[in-house]
Amino acid sequence: MYAYDELDRTLISERVEEFRDQVKRRLSGELSEDEFKMLRLQNGVYLQLHAYMFRVAIPYGTLSSKQLRRLAHVARRYDRGYGHFTTRQNIQFNWIKLAELPDALSDLAEVGIHAMQTSGNNTRNVTSDQWAGVAPGEIEDPRIWSELLRQYTTLHPEFSFLPRKFKFAITASAHDRAAIKIHDIGLRLHKNAEGETGFEVLVGGGLGRTPFIAKTIKSYVHGRDLLSYVEAILRVYNQYGRRDNIYKARIKILVHELGIEKFAQEVEEEWQQMRATDTALTLDDAMVEDIRSRFTYPAYEKLPHMPEELKKAAHDPHFEAWRKNSVALHKVPGYAIVTLSLKPVGGPPGDATADQMDALADLADTYSFGEIRVGHEQNLALPHVARRDLPALWKALDKIGLATPNVNLVSDIIACPGLDYCSLANARSIPIAQELTRRFANHETANLIGRLHINISGCINACGHHHVGHIGILGVEKNGEEFYQITIGGRADENAELGNLIGPAVRYGDVADVVEDIVEAYLALRERPDELFVDTVKRLGVEPFRERVYATR
Amino acid sequence: MTSPLEQKKIKITGPSVVTANRTWDGIVIYRTAQQDWSAKLSDAAIVRTSDEARALLAESVADDIGAVGAYIAPVEIKDSGKIKPGNLREHIRLQGVTINLPVPA
Amino acid sequence: MPLVKDGKISGDAFVHVADDAEISGDGAILVSAARFLEDAEALSRRAGRTGVIWPNNRDVDDLVPYLDRLAVVALVFPSFRDGRAYSQARLLRERYKYRGELRATGQVLRDQFLFMLRAGFDAFEVKKPADAEAFANTVRRYSVFYQPTGDGRMSALHRRMMLRHSERANP
Repeated sequence: MYAYDELDRTLISERVEEFRDQVKRRLSGELSEDEFKMLRLQNGVYLQLHAYMFRVAIPYGTLSSKQLRRLAHVARRYDRGYGHFTTRQNIQFNWIKLAELPDALSDLAEVGIHAMQTSGNNTRNVTSDQWAGVAPGEIEDPRIWSELLRQYTTLHPEFSFLPRKFKFAITASAHDRAAIKIHDIGLRLHKNAEGETGFEVLVGGGLGRTPFIAKTIKSYVHGRDLLSYVEAILRVYNQYGRRDNIYKARIKILVHELGIEKFAQEVEEEWQQMRATDTALTLDDAMVEDIRSRFTYPAYEKLPHMPEELKKAAHDPHFEAWRKNSVALHKVPGYAIVTLSLKPVGGPPGDATADQMDALADLADTYSFGEIRVGHEQNLALPHVARRDLPALWKALDKIGLATPNVNLVSDIIACPGLDYCSLANARSIPIAQELTRRFANHETANLIGRLHINISGCINACGHHHVGHIGILGVEKNGEEFYQITIGGRADENAELGNLIGPAVRYGDVADVVEDIVEAYLALRERPDELFVDTVKRLGVEPFRERVYATR
Repeated sequence: MTSPLEQKKIKITGPSVVTANRTWDGIVIYRTAQQDWSAKLSDAAIVRTSDEARALLAESVADDIGAVGAYIAPVEIKDSGKIKPGNLREHIRLQGVTINLPVPA
Repeated sequence: MPLVKDGKISGDAFVHVADDAEISGDGAILVSAARFLEDAEALSRRAGRTGVIWPNNRDVDDLVPYLDRLAVVALVFPSFRDGRAYSQARLLRERYKYRGELRATGQVLRDQFLFMLRAGFDAFEVKKPADAEAFANTVRRYSVFYQPTGDGRMSALHRRMMLRHSERANP
C-alpha cells in the first residue's frame, strides 16, 4: 500500500477546490458546456444516457479497506448504492449529480482517492498487474514505477491537451496480467546483465476502430531514464499526433503511419536532445527509494503451506470448487492470493453494492492486512491471505455473494456497460453477459470447458476489450435492431493477438446459442482436456467453428 | 441506435422531439413548446419537419445553463395520442436500464 | 482582448502588422511567421522591437537563429483543446533558452493559465475579461507540482528529498 504524504494530499485537495470552482462557474453560466466539457472530463465526469457518470481512479488497482469503505459511502450518499469496476482498474458511479460532485470528491480526497485524469485527452490511470508485490516469480513490484509515472503524469502542463487519450500499463511478471500490449505505452520491467531495473518499452497498442498490438520501441530503458524517455514519446505524440480526425488521433495511428523504426528515431532524437540540456527528469536511487519506502508490505508470519484448516476443508466439494479457481500461489509460503468474482450468475459483470464493499473492507482487515486489489477483468482480489484462513474467508465471501467459483472460466465475463448506460453504445452488453452466465451456470461444465475469456463491447470503442477476448462479442446496430459480431482467438497477455470474425453478425436473441455452439465445437475438437480454447482456435483456425455455428443459420 | 452525438445533418424520418440532460443533475429531459424542459415525455413538443426540428434544437441548445447535449430523437405516436420513445436507446433513457439494478431502487 | 503580463492586466505595446502592410518606423510590431522568415535578417535587426506569431503546427527550430533578437514570440492555441503550443513553449524556454516575452494567443482561458505559466508563457492574450481579472488568484490554485518544468518550481520529488535531508540534519 502506498502511503500518501502531505504533498500528495495537498495536491488532491487543491484539485478538488479547483473543480468545485469550475462546477460553480458552469452552473452559473460563466463557463459554457463547450468550455466545461474538457474540464469535467479531466476529472472523470461523463455525460451518459440517464445521468452523469463519475469515474474514480484506483491507481494500479490497489485499495485500502478504509478507501473501499469510502467508495461504499459515495455509492450510498451520492449514487444508487453500487459501483462498477472497469477494465482499467477504476470504479464508476452511474447516477451522480454534477452539483454534488465537488462534495463527493472532497469525501474521497480525505482518504487519498481522486478522479484526476480518468477521462479526457490526457494520460490516464497507470494500470498494472493486480497481483503486483505478491506474485511468485515477479521481478520487482511494478507499482513503485506505476506510482512514479502516476505522479509524473498528473497535471503535467505540457501533456494535458494531447490529441487523444493516453494509457499506460506496467507488468513485472512473465505472464502479463496487465495487458500491456494493448496500451499506448506498455512497460515490461526486467533487469539488465548488471542486475539493474529497466523496461522494455512498447508503444502504439490499443483497440477501438483500428486495433493494434503494441510494438517494441526500445528493448531496455534504464529505470533512471524512464520518465525522460516517456517525456520524449509524449512530446513527439503531442506535436505530431493527428488532431483533424478523432478516429485517427491515438498514438497507435502515428506509429502505424510513420512505421516503428521512424517513430523510434523521432523519439530517440528528442530524447538525446533532452538529455543534453536537462537532467531534471533523471531519477536517482534516492528518489526511487523514497517512493519505494512509502509502499508498506505486511509483516507476514511463517506459516505452513498445508495447515490443518485447509486439509479439513478439502473434503467440502463446494469449498474445493471455489478454491481451485479463486486461489493462486503467493510468493510468501503459507499465503495465497484470492480472487473474488464479481460475476454472479445472472448478475451484471463487475458491479458491487455498497453493502458488499463495506463487508469486503472488513474481511480485508481480518484476512488481508487491510488491502484489496482491482483487476482489469473486473474482479477483485485479496492479496495477502493466510492459507489457514481460506475456509473461513470462503464462508464469509459466500455469504456476501463474492464467492462465485467461476474465476477465469466461461462465465467470468468482461463486459462494458453498453447501451443500458452508455451514450456511445450501439447495443446492450450486460443482458448478453447475464444470459451467458445462466447458460454456463453449472460449474462442473464450466470447469470441463476450462479457461475461456469472453469479452463483450457494446460498440466499436471496445471498452470491453472484445478484440482480445478468446471469444469476443461486439454490439452493432442494423436497422434499429441489436446485432452482434463474434470473434474468436484473441488474447490480451504476453502473446497478445486480435481475434478473427467467425461470420455475419447475429441477432440479440441468438448470441447465447451461438456461444454455446462455439463451446461445443471446441469440446469436440480439442486434442486433450487441457488444451485451452484459445489454443484449439490457434491450431485449427476459425473454419471449423464457423461451420458449426452457421450450419443451421 | 447509432449515437446521435454523431448527427451532423438534421434529417427526421417521423415525429421527433428534442431531448437532453439537465445540467445540474444529469436527468433526462424533453423540450416543451413553452421554451422549457420537462422530465415527462408527454410534455415534449413534437416536430414533424426538418425545419421545425432545426428551430427547436437551436432554441434548446441556446439554453446552455439548463441543459446539456441536446439532440433530436424519434418518437412514436400511438392512436390514443400517447407519445412513446421511438427506438431502444430512447426507451432506455426514459425507462431506465433494461436490467435489474444491483440494489433495488 | 485584455493582455495579462507579469501577472496583471496591462496595455499591449505591440501592434499586429498584416502580411501585406508596410512596416515603417521603430514601433513594436508583431508579424506572422511567413512574413518574418521572408525577411528575417532585416526584421530581427530593425531598431524597433519585433515579435513573431508562430503557428502551432510548425517546428520552433526554424526560429532558433533569431531568438536572441526577438522581443516577443507569440504561440497559438487555435482551440484550448489543442495543446501543441505547450511543447513549443517548453522547447523555446528550456532547450533554446529564449528569454524574451512568450505570449499565449488564441483561445486562452482561465483554467489553462497555470499550465501555460508552467510551460514558460509570461504573457497572455486572454479571451474573457473576467478571466484576465482572475489571473492572479487562478495561478495560486496549486502549491504542489509533481513534475519539473523550466519555471523554477521545485517538483514534489525534489521537495521530498530536501525534506528528508533536513529531517536527517535536524532530527
